[in-house]
Amino acid sequence: MEMKFEEALKKLEGIVGQLESGDVSLEASLAKYEEGVRLVRLCQKKLELAKKKIEILVKTKDGKIKIEPFGEESARKRKGEK
Amino acid sequence: MKTAQEKHIYTVSEITRDIRVILEDTFGTAWVEGEVSNFIHHSSGHMYFSIKDKGSILSCALFRRVNANLKFEIKNGMQVLCFGKISVYDKRGSYQLIIEEVEPKGAGALQIAFEQLKEKLRTEKLFDESHKIPIPYLPQRVGVITSPTGAAIKDILNVTKRRFSNIEIILNPVRVQGNLAKNEIVEALDLFNALRNVDVIILGRGGGSLEDLWPFNEEIVARAIYRSEIPIISAVGHEIDWTISDFVADFRAPTPSAAAELVIPQKEDLIKLLSGFSERMKTTLISRLDFLTKNLSALENRYVLKSPFNIVVQREQEIDDLAEALALKGGFIMKFKKESLNALAGRLDALSPLAILSRGYSITYRAKDGRLMKDAKNVKKKELIKTKLAGGEIISRVEEAA
Repeated sequence: MEMKFEEALKKLEGIVGQLESGDVSLEASLAKYEEGVRLVRLCQKKLELAKKKIEILVKTKDGKIKIEPFGEESARKRKGEK
Repeated sequence: MKTAQEKHIYTVSEITRDIRVILEDTFGTAWVEGEVSNFIHHSSGHMYFSIKDKGSILSCALFRRVNANLKFEIKNGMQVLCFGKISVYDKRGSYQLIIEEVEPKGAGALQIAFEQLKEKLRTEKLFDESHKIPIPYLPQRVGVITSPTGAAIKDILNVTKRRFSNIEIILNPVRVQGNLAKNEIVEALDLFNALRNVDVIILGRGGGSLEDLWPFNEEIVARAIYRSEIPIISAVGHEIDWTISDFVADFRAPTPSAAAELVIPQKEDLIKLLSGFSERMKTTLISRLDFLTKNLSALENRYVLKSPFNIVVQREQEIDDLAEALALKGGFIMKFKKESLNALAGRLDALSPLAILSRGYSITYRAKDGRLMKDAKNVKKKELIKTKLAGGEIISRVEEAA
């Protein structure tokens, strides 16, 4: 499973701290930096990936659950159909 | 005295039935207020008790069908207001109030019910901190359980738009007041838990009176919140009073907007945070590299590395010096050796036969073969011998050998 945003952020914070402490060798620093950059990208991707969607759970007549877009527009549309 | 025929004789059942008809017709339904006594909760589920005042006592029956929805516990000594039908219990020949509704008098039915339920659930550890699930930092999808037409959903959507417009919201529409609300809320909570399509749930409504908020004080709602494996934020729009839902939920927000602000982080803040981390990593690494580069160039400028040929020259010089020293020392040695040699030569000279001859000794050889003569027996008469002296030689003929 892909890392959660929260986890990635925590890890990133740790890496920044380690880099700043200067306790790591140059080689390790470079590796950590690389990982940090990867985490930044992952987090940014996650922020952008979230879709803007507002939906409503609707029960159909046969008792099944449907997910429909929710909003004034869709509400009007539904009314119009009826 | 009238005859038996003139008299109308009732059977017990008949008269009881007639009394019942008269009673039921006269009163129909009635509100009666009194103090509870002789309360019995029968194993059948029905409840029996009396209400009394200073002068009289009235039997009451509260059947299972009705008491299942009771919001509070009936206790002896409690003042109650009962609504029901006056009827007769034929088998005992007693009249009683068949209760349809009952509420505590005084402090307010709902308040008492609230306190009682709160105490009960607290004892059952439904409010325990250890059971609470942390709220995710950046939920991918947020479930909302509220009325689709209420203020709560509007507020939540507004906050979303402002803070992180591209987050996903799934609304599970329910009634948030009235008798059906509690069941719909429970269903909605269970549905999200079955579908597992959200990371966090906001359960709430806009503000209202204690009666309006009542569904959020219902035991079945509390239990549904408790069993939810998805974290729940209770957001019943009432800043001051807490509902039972607030106590059981994983987090309590004072209003639906506050709940939305809690789960939906500012996107800009997150972007800033990320670029801050990115920047810090870069600067540390660059300053580290800078430092190392400077160190390196300082080393490069050190004499030995800058002109390595100098080392060779220097070594050569050292070698020369050594050679010179060696030569010098060599001279001494030669001189010393020479002197030793002279001494040795002197000692050798002392051993030389020539030195012996010079002291008057001589050496004699046989002339024909040059054999050294050490004994007179080896010499014959008339033989020629050669005698070596310190100065010159003498050749002589042997006259006599003895």
